[in-house]
Amino acid sequence: MGTSALLLTLFIPLVGSLALLFINSDEKKALKITALVVSILTFIAALGMLPNFDRSTAAMQFSISQQWIPALDAGFRIGIDGTSLLLLLLTTFMMPIAILASWGPINKHEKLYYSLLLLLQFGMTGVFIALDTFLFYVFWELILIPMYFIIGVWGGKDKIYAAIKFFLYTLVGSLLMLVAIIWLGFFAQGLGAGFTTDLMKLKLIGPQIPLEYQIWLFLAFALSFMIKVPLFPLHTWLPDAHVQAPTAGSVILAAVLLKLGTYGLIRFNLELFPQSSAELAGPISILAVIGIVYGALVAMVQTDIKKLVAYSSVSHLGFVVLGIFSLTVEGVQGAVIQMVNHGLSTGMLFLCVGVLYDRRHTREISEYGGITKVMPHFAVLFAIAMFASVGLPGLNGFIGEYLTLVGAFTSPFLNSWAYAIVASTGVIFAACYLLWMFQRVMFGANDNPANHHLRDLNKIEYWQLVPIVIFIVWIGVQPRVFMDLSEKSVRAVVESVENVKGFSRTK
Amino acid sequence: MNIDIFGSLPLIVIWLALGAVGIVIQAFVRENTRLVFGYYVGTLAVTALLAIVTAGHKGYAFEGMITLGGYANYFDVLFCVTGMLTMFAARPYLQRENVELDEFYTLLVSSVAGMMLMAHANSLITLFIGIELMSLSFYVLTGFMRTNIRSVEAALKYFLLGAFSTGFLVYGMALVYGSTNSLQYDVISKVVLGGGVFFPALFVVGVTLLTVGLSFKIAAFPFHQWAPDVYEGAPTVVSAYMSTAGKAAAFSAFIPVFAALMPSGAVNGALSNLPLMVAIIAAITMLLGNITAIAQSNVKRMLAYSSIAHAGYMLIGIVTGGIAGQDAIVYYATVYTFMQMGAFVIVGLLERNNEHFLDMKDYAGLHHKQPVLAALMAMFMFALAGIPPFAGFFGKYLLFMTAIESGYTWLAIVGVVSSVISAYFYLGLIVRMYFQDPSGEPLTARPGLAGITLIVSSAAIILLGVFPQVLLNIFHSW
Repeated sequence: MGTSALLLTLFIPLVGSLALLFINSDEKKALKITALVVSILTFIAALGMLPNFDRSTAAMQFSISQQWIPALDAGFRIGIDGTSLLLLLLTTFMMPIAILASWGPINKHEKLYYSLLLLLQFGMTGVFIALDTFLFYVFWELILIPMYFIIGVWGGKDKIYAAIKFFLYTLVGSLLMLVAIIWLGFFAQGLGAGFTTDLMKLKLIGPQIPLEYQIWLFLAFALSFMIKVPLFPLHTWLPDAHVQAPTAGSVILAAVLLKLGTYGLIRFNLELFPQSSAELAGPISILAVIGIVYGALVAMVQTDIKKLVAYSSVSHLGFVVLGIFSLTVEGVQGAVIQMVNHGLSTGMLFLCVGVLYDRRHTREISEYGGITKVMPHFAVLFAIAMFASVGLPGLNGFIGEYLTLVGAFTSPFLNSWAYAIVASTGVIFAACYLLWMFQRVMFGANDNPANHHLRDLNKIEYWQLVPIVIFIVWIGVQPRVFMDLSEKSVRAVVESVENVKGFSRTK
Repeated sequence: MNIDIFGSLPLIVIWLALGAVGIVIQAFVRENTRLVFGYYVGTLAVTALLAIVTAGHKGYAFEGMITLGGYANYFDVLFCVTGMLTMFAARPYLQRENVELDEFYTLLVSSVAGMMLMAHANSLITLFIGIELMSLSFYVLTGFMRTNIRSVEAALKYFLLGAFSTGFLVYGMALVYGSTNSLQYDVISKVVLGGGVFFPALFVVGVTLLTVGLSFKIAAFPFHQWAPDVYEGAPTVVSAYMSTAGKAAAFSAFIPVFAALMPSGAVNGALSNLPLMVAIIAAITMLLGNITAIAQSNVKRMLAYSSIAHAGYMLIGIVTGGIAGQDAIVYYATVYTFMQMGAFVIVGLLERNNEHFLDMKDYAGLHHKQPVLAALMAMFMFALAGIPPFAGFFGKYLLFMTAIESGYTWLAIVGVVSSVISAYFYLGLIVRMYFQDPSGEPLTARPGLAGITLIVSSAAIILLGVFPQVLLNIFHSW
């Protein structure tokens, strides 16, 4: 039951993507509705995994291990643990919203657009469930193609530059990861296990790799993931991609695509290379902290709302990386929940920016002011998204940031309070730039004539924003419900690192 | 006399079809291109079929001059299929350019016969005959547009440089013969293994010269200069054919020659550097081809430089040698054939009067004018760049795998870096097709028979990308 739900979650988007190609491209309504129905069906399929999911184990569940290319031992091996389940739910939940957000703004080549969007979902789902390095790599690269087109065809003014930059940045990292994947397979062969890309086997082999090689493998994997996250100083593709992408593209990019990187860090770097993770936790955390502060400071001086939100992502993802490399249960748990939170709140912020942009076709903060008066309902929802992103207690953002900071504070690997202290300034800066932006856009006098007659949210926009608000509040009030899902798997990862390093549990 | 008639059937059939029947048809039935076209497509199909049937029949024939079965037969099939795909694409192309003559098909099939001989060669003499037959056919095919100055120039250039490189090849063969007393691969291999080389120094020079000669045929650095000019000037379908089948043929010769000259386990101080030399050639070829391709504004030249780079990738398999290296080369040669063929055929469909619509600029907004062709072209570009799930990715995976397995991790990294570089210009074309607005007049392209080529190529790229095992199983069972 759970296994078939997993397979459906993976393959419904692919089938939908292909099915769209058979619809006449002039039937725009049919295209939109088909895409939406497909994505909702996928979400239902993903929910179908919940009843059968066993929270009390860290083992991979709903696993399938099918031969694919026996000569290279590459297999169709999939399965999920709590971390991947949470991210799968996030992906499948955000997809219908992203599709709804495209109904209005996307008005050329609709067929190709929705087809690519669903193909993108197929790739992202695959990344979250692959338990085979080869399969993982295939999905990882598969994502590039649809995203490249989404930015390049439907993007803004500098779309070409942004699309190519996105593609090449990601490709550089991932190809080095490919070399590492092959190297790892041969290392397994050297130990008599045969060339393999089976993650479950490699997990046992990884810790046996001598540190001087392991570090390089760790870096090859990490580079690929850190570009995707993106971690300072590899973040420069992100603002370009975000600003040029259409709203739905930004939403997917922020909500899911960036999480592929942080997910990869947990799934591959921590699990495969525990010694190197412990060894390099310090330097990476320093980069994460720099990213937190730098992202926040740069966000503060932006005049373009979308760019501001994009830089806030750099800052927020810094918390996630810091949490992961605190290598404590609290930190990693916080990172996992922060991934979901960031997906929801930043995704929603991008939707709100999209709402404004559709009406005014500008994202300059100075063009706005006093919007609350003409769009009161929008103001409420925008405020919720903004406060969630700031990390207001009671909304989802708080719990994630709190836990990652606790993790960084108590981490025996980082062994210094400085990380947490400097990082927490990021929270304060976040309040500054988001509240200030909100104030300039929404409050004050509505003295720009172009803004005098903006209509408030329409039905489609409500349907995009309200479901997210439900989860923002739900996670904020009852985080346990969600964190229980990933608790065991996180604990297992952290313990594997601690065992190697010889730290005992502090609690 | 040891003549294995059954095993040699593919070779015998294509030779008879060409030399006996084909000539008669052309002598008595003038100006009937349709008949000749159909006849030669049939010939290639029958030959391919026979090659499949006799694949399991291994051994030597004609006094050890040729080998039978196994890889040679696999290459037979590949050459015949490529030949057929080229013919399908060529007919509408030649008709449009008003140069459809019977001789085109005859020359094409005679080059296929030459390639098959190269793949089947077990003696340097056989190899030489095969190479010459293929190359001479290529020279004429390149200059097939007699009234077009570029085509003629390309043919002349190709001929002169090709003749020059043949000199290296023959000189190398002579020196190898002088120091091992044999022209037969298996005998040479035994002599090298037994340490019975007469003049080791001359042997090394001979092997190097042979390498030079073969490097010219695959257009590897530093013997690649002819490729862009020739591919640009030649009729586009011919470029498609030469850059795929021609390259695959050169590799089909490269593999057994190197296996014979450098058998694994041979102890020879001077020769131990040869793999490293080839590795360096491979690395430079990959980088140079891809970097130069970035600067091209002509699509044919861009594809020509990219074909140089792909030769570099395939050389990785030569460096590492062994079964794994062979598998990787053969796999890559196969998928590369489909990718490159597909891309060139689309270029051929779009170009006008042999000169126009070859600029990258002309592809702006192609997506609006020709959505299907643009989508296929985008797919071929992604495949050439090595993005999964297309077959090009798996080919590279295999090659990088062999490199890392045999300790050439740096070569794999160079390959990876040059792949990133290549992504830039492959994407550049996609950018023009999809992200830029169309300019110029609307475009009509009637694929006709070339549609078959495109369908086969694109299906192969997707299927071999998702199920690479199919091809690997064939390698291992043949």
